Amino acid sequence: MLRQMEGSQAVAETVARCRPEVICAYPISPQTHLVEGLSAIVKSGRLGSCQFVNVESEFAAMSVAIGASAAGARAYTATASQGLLYMTEALYNASGLGLPIVMTVANRAIGAPINIWNDHSDSMSQRDSGWIQLYVESNQEAVDVHIQAFRLAEQLSLPVMVCMDGFILTHAFERVELPEQDQIDAILPAYEPRQLLDPSDPITIGAMVGPEAFTEVKYLAHLRQMQALDLIPEIAAAYEQQSGRASGGLLRRYRSHDAETIVVALGSVIGTIEDVIDELRKDGNRIGCVGIKTFRPWPAAEIRSALAGASRVVVLEKALSVGLGGIVSQNVHASIEGTGAKIHTAIAGLGGRPITRSSLYALFTTALNGQLGATTFVDLNHGLVDREIQRALASRRCGPHAENMLRDLGAVAAGPV
Amino acid sequence: MFEIRIHGRGGQGAVTAAELLSVAAFEEGRHAQAFPSFGSERTGAPVVSFCRISERAIRTHDPIATPDALIIVDATLVHQVDVFGGLKPDGYVLINTSRGIEELNLQELAQRHNPERLCAVPATELAREELGRPLPNAALLGAFSALTAAISIGAVVQAIQDRFGGSVGAGNAAAANRAFALVRARMGEPAHA
Repeated sequence: MLRQMEGSQAVAETVARCRPEVICAYPISPQTHLVEGLSAIVKSGRLGSCQFVNVESEFAAMSVAIGASAAGARAYTATASQGLLYMTEALYNASGLGLPIVMTVANRAIGAPINIWNDHSDSMSQRDSGWIQLYVESNQEAVDVHIQAFRLAEQLSLPVMVCMDGFILTHAFERVELPEQDQIDAILPAYEPRQLLDPSDPITIGAMVGPEAFTEVKYLAHLRQMQALDLIPEIAAAYEQQSGRASGGLLRRYRSHDAETIVVALGSVIGTIEDVIDELRKDGNRIGCVGIKTFRPWPAAEIRSALAGASRVVVLEKALSVGLGGIVSQNVHASIEGTGAKIHTAIAGLGGRPITRSSLYALFTTALNGQLGATTFVDLNHGLVDREIQRALASRRCGPHAENMLRDLGAVAAGPV
Repeated sequence: MFEIRIHGRGGQGAVTAAELLSVAAFEEGRHAQAFPSFGSERTGAPVVSFCRISERAIRTHDPIATPDALIIVDATLVHQVDVFGGLKPDGYVLINTSRGIEELNLQELAQRHNPERLCAVPATELAREELGRPLPNAALLGAFSALTAAISIGAVVQAIQDRFGGSVGAGNAAAANRAFALVRARMGEPAHA
């Protein structure tokens, strides 16, 4: 049914129609509306014996999901930001044990400084956790990809993170086609576990493995995740055949086939980029976009192929590896080495800084003119930074950067106490 | 694409108003996107919400920088926050006040702006009378429909009733209809003040 609704509510309704058996979550902004919605659905009795487990932390949320999944239940949770970090130890257990948990990450920045707004720092920090990571660009895609994620997770026995931009998508009212129950059932058969904790047929899961087989277990984990590179497009194609919608997959190309300059990005900014590309195309600029839908496993061959004709690649990313620069850029770089394309990193949207069409227009125009540097912080307030650097040079006891800069900006509650 | 920016204070329902507007546009078969500005959701703090209405699918996810219309839920904001920033030269301005534009010390705006696109409506009073509570959003959306014709009053009332139902829905719908009629009648006058 076609509806105009909030992203969080659309995902909650979709997850409910995926027939989860255990949902456990600890609330954190901007994930809260999503789990509120699910808890209301569970309480209504619509999901039969499905349990909504209130836990005392994100560490507990993931631990309960692990236990539920090992006992053969379809398990779901959601989190964001510091909540994802608090889960970290359990995340590695879920993937290492091969448990097909599906989790929504409502992407949000990581403190300090404390910041509740959107960027990709949280999920990017867990890119090596062994979870499959899918990034969506709209609420419709969030709906579609959650259904695909359960199928993918269970077919491979691997956990899947669906990353959707916090606030920008979770709190946005958009037009969404919610698949009917029978459509979802056709895509998503009942969960058949590869391993099951069952008192009537006891096994153990989670052995200590020494040097004699640890490398081999990790090798198989890698092998299994790489299998997702074949399975993700298969599931997306089956889903498209049934729903008529191209959602998910490994990559999405937009006007990139004849493009000399290609922008690479993830998440909700892709739509904004496409609008700007249309503007620039009107003036004859050969510019396109490659949206990365699957970040882990990394679709290296597909990236190399999609960027093969480009002489210039601008990677726009909402996270920063402090001391290195762009994270996505490093992955792209490794995939297109030797093609001669020049890679530029544009760090944008950190901590909720809006990525506007006018900023993107200026950024891409600079790139098209051959004037973009290796790494750019989009819309950086240079004056603000320079003043703080001068303060630090002038005095040893210069105080905390964040408070000093908020005072410069005249923000409230930043003065001396 | 028609872009609307709503200014209110936390607790006044500016976010709900943008959502309702998007649902009304959806019910007319159009594409719409509503979203809040985030972070300042404390009661009483300045809040901004946005709504885009388009005949085509909306891809962009950036905030609205150059609105076609402003809805100002709380008139005390007009000298505190840059509410008019980026407004298109011939954009619509709808202010919730029982006083005139001049009494808000907005003479400069009144002089340079097209008077047919500048409108003050006593939405809070209408809400008190129809709903028994000072929640002006439904009335503002009714007035918005009359002022801009960007959305039909029927779709606005439908969205309100779908969201609230019962006596709350009926009261809000009545407030929206009264505000619509009020602004319509005033627009029929040669030079409304």
